[in-house]
Amino acid sequence: MTDLLSKFDAVIAERQALLDTGVRDPFGIVMTEVLSPTEAIIKGKKTILLGTYNYMGMTFDPDVIAAGKKALDDYGSGTTGSRVLNGTYQGHKECEDALKEFYGVDHAIVFSTGYQANLGMISTLAGKGDYIILDADSHASIYDGCWLGNAEVVRFRHNSVEDLDKRLGRLPPEPGKLVVLEGVYSMFGDIAPLPEMVAVAKKHGCMILCDEAHGMGFFGPNGRGVYEELGCEKDIDFVVGTFSKSVGTVGGFCVSNHPKFEVLRLMCRPYVFTASLPPSVVATAATSIRKLMHAKDKRDHLWKNSRRLHQGLRDLGFTLGTETAQSAIIAVMLPDMETTVRMWQALLELGLYVNTARPPATPAGTFLLRCSLCAEHTDDQVDEILGMFATAGRAVGCIG
Amino acid sequence: MSTREEIFDRIATQIEPFNKKKVALSDGTSFAKDLEWDSLTVMDFVAAIEDEFDIIITMNMQAEIETVGQLADAVAKLEG
Repeated sequence: MTDLLSKFDAVIAERQALLDTGVRDPFGIVMTEVLSPTEAIIKGKKTILLGTYNYMGMTFDPDVIAAGKKALDDYGSGTTGSRVLNGTYQGHKECEDALKEFYGVDHAIVFSTGYQANLGMISTLAGKGDYIILDADSHASIYDGCWLGNAEVVRFRHNSVEDLDKRLGRLPPEPGKLVVLEGVYSMFGDIAPLPEMVAVAKKHGCMILCDEAHGMGFFGPNGRGVYEELGCEKDIDFVVGTFSKSVGTVGGFCVSNHPKFEVLRLMCRPYVFTASLPPSVVATAATSIRKLMHAKDKRDHLWKNSRRLHQGLRDLGFTLGTETAQSAIIAVMLPDMETTVRMWQALLELGLYVNTARPPATPAGTFLLRCSLCAEHTDDQVDEILGMFATAGRAVGCIG
Repeated sequence: MSTREEIFDRIATQIEPFNKKKVALSDGTSFAKDLEWDSLTVMDFVAAIEDEFDIIITMNMQAEIETVGQLADAVAKLEG
């Protein structure tokens, strides 16, 4: 008998070798208590969280929590059913109404996760004989959405308008084409040149889907995302997003003004063949989304935090993924896995949690410590964070 | 239209900057096993080949191409 798991032997060996050096497992963190959107207890130590994507700090908002508790009491713990059968409650409709209002659109569909939103939308929109054209640095859920469907898949070089134009120009004119873009790319925290890309896509007769997972809440006058900030609202056909970042719970969605949009509820397999979100989750999401419409002060503070951390880390001598703070993600670039894990551990022991990221999840073979800021990080916490980076960076020898 | 030999030579030129171990190239040379390329190298290389021949090699087609010979055949077909 062939052991089907033997193909992972190299990964098992590499991981063991890393752990044998005595470092803590970067993928085995347990938070035993969560004190707030920005602090948790890890191995008995109070730790500042700087790698959660909890951008707007909504997870402990009193109104959000109250709405979740009430829904739990009124509607029970789960729906035990698909959205198209017994799994659509009043709360699911209210959540979709909140999204329609937030985005100023005619239609909204809520999925059980952001991952499923991309799987469902991409695999269903582009069928056999159609083309999907995606950025090479696209998130795994976008790639997986391509694999789930039957369309032809074409990649272009990350954020290159010229490369997109060239590739679209080589495709036959007749088939349907879906260009998939992201407002913020989550590894380096860089944003897409959406106006230029949208112009090229429209020139070649494509429909456009934009994933705003990391842009919702704090880009644009209404917090809709990078596409709003850059003035592309009329040209993006489908906006995909998630509840697991700025909204502060779990779930995914797509919004659109397309008149035939509602038919997708019957056609999207990742929407039909899974249980809908629990009533408490859609209640917290709807409340949070409505509060995000009026969160200018929080947005402003999140941007202030991001700019301060970016400048502070640069001043300390770290190499960062972007020249300026383009989003609330700040990626510290490191030379190899060992340095990355040593730095990560040094920070953790000082009381700071960040994400580690490595190839193949990262572009161009890079190793990263990925930081994401929260609107609830105080100015003092940002000072503390910079102090810990200085100490850890000198101890590990990443900075002078 | 180029001959199969011309296509092979142009592919070989594109492989060169990615051929760190100077592996000798034949129709049977495997990108994964012989050249030991990871997915990121494959991505850069495919983009280079697409631009060299002014073609599109979809990811669906890439999944079927394992060797230099198979790539040359695919390019010949796409060019024709």
